[in-house]
Amino acid sequence: MHETMVAQNLLAAISREAAKHNAKPVAARISCGTLYAVNDELLRFAFEAIARDTPCEGVRLEIEHKRVQGRCRSCNETFDVELSDPRCRACAAEDFELLPDPPLVLEQIELRTE
Amino acid sequence: MSKIDIGRRILSENEKYALDNGRLLSEGGKLCLNMISSPGSGKTTILVRTITELKEKIGIGVIEGDIQTDIDAERIRATEAPVVQINTEGGCHLNAAQVAGALKGLPMDKLDLIMIENVGNLVCPSAFELGENGKVVVLSVAEGDDKPAKYPAIFAKSKVLLINKIDLLTKGAAEDFDIERVKTDARRLNKEIRIFQISAKTGEGMSGWYDWLTEFVRNRQSQRA
Repeated sequence: MHETMVAQNLLAAISREAAKHNAKPVAARISCGTLYAVNDELLRFAFEAIARDTPCEGVRLEIEHKRVQGRCRSCNETFDVELSDPRCRACAAEDFELLPDPPLVLEQIELRTE
Repeated sequence: MSKIDIGRRILSENEKYALDNGRLLSEGGKLCLNMISSPGSGKTTILVRTITELKEKIGIGVIEGDIQTDIDAERIRATEAPVVQINTEGGCHLNAAQVAGALKGLPMDKLDLIMIENVGNLVCPSAFELGENGKVVVLSVAEGDDKPAKYPAIFAKSKVLLINKIDLLTKGAAEDFDIERVKTDARRLNKEIRIFQISAKTGEGMSGWYDWLTEFVRNRQSQRA
């Protein structure tokens, strides 16, 4: 359950940004690559547990999964890789370069402004 | 309510430590591999045999990651190779900060290669860069031939796949293990992956892995010369 460490780092990042604006965070949107294998339920569970009694308590997480991309060595197309059937979406060739997985990113936070 | 765009990498602290580790290793001309597998696939046995048989050629140091105990470090210590044990106290993977600490405990000037044995787990360790030059995934035949299909991330990210315990292929449950299926599934995600079929217990197939490892270290050293 590596979601625990992701949750700890996420909590720190949200707290830092919210503190800059001196406001209470209410929601956060994050994105992550497929190969990070982040499970939404586990991440929310871990985040809720460590956010208790902190300014991040009750923060709603929106998690966007970004598919890892491949570049076809036959037709040069860049495409979303379906891990259960890895092949070029355009020409169906199986020879492709797997591109780096999109990183875990805190995209946006929503603050309560009094 | 106000929405603020951030665009900040969540694991930036781990990434910073990983970069520092990578820099420290490369400045010293050291190579580092991160071994990842399920518990019980034979990572420590592979290390013990590899260290023993390559002792004259490559100076290998080991960082052992386990939830608790120093059982693995003791096994490595018996080979006389330098080893540092990390206990994660429940953590299911190593992080780069832990490795940064462990690297300080190794006699770097005597080493060519640092092998990190990650916590036994086929999922979590693959999400955390440690500053290594490559990942080695180990799969033992007793685990079943569907693992690259079920756990694609680690097979997609690894330089080497060691299929271990091939001495069991003629025995009991492992008889049904389809090596070709494993190789095909792993290569569909990762064309460059090098695959060696080994038994760290009997020594079968180990020479291919040793040749690859020796070449890997020699290439680095000749780049620096």
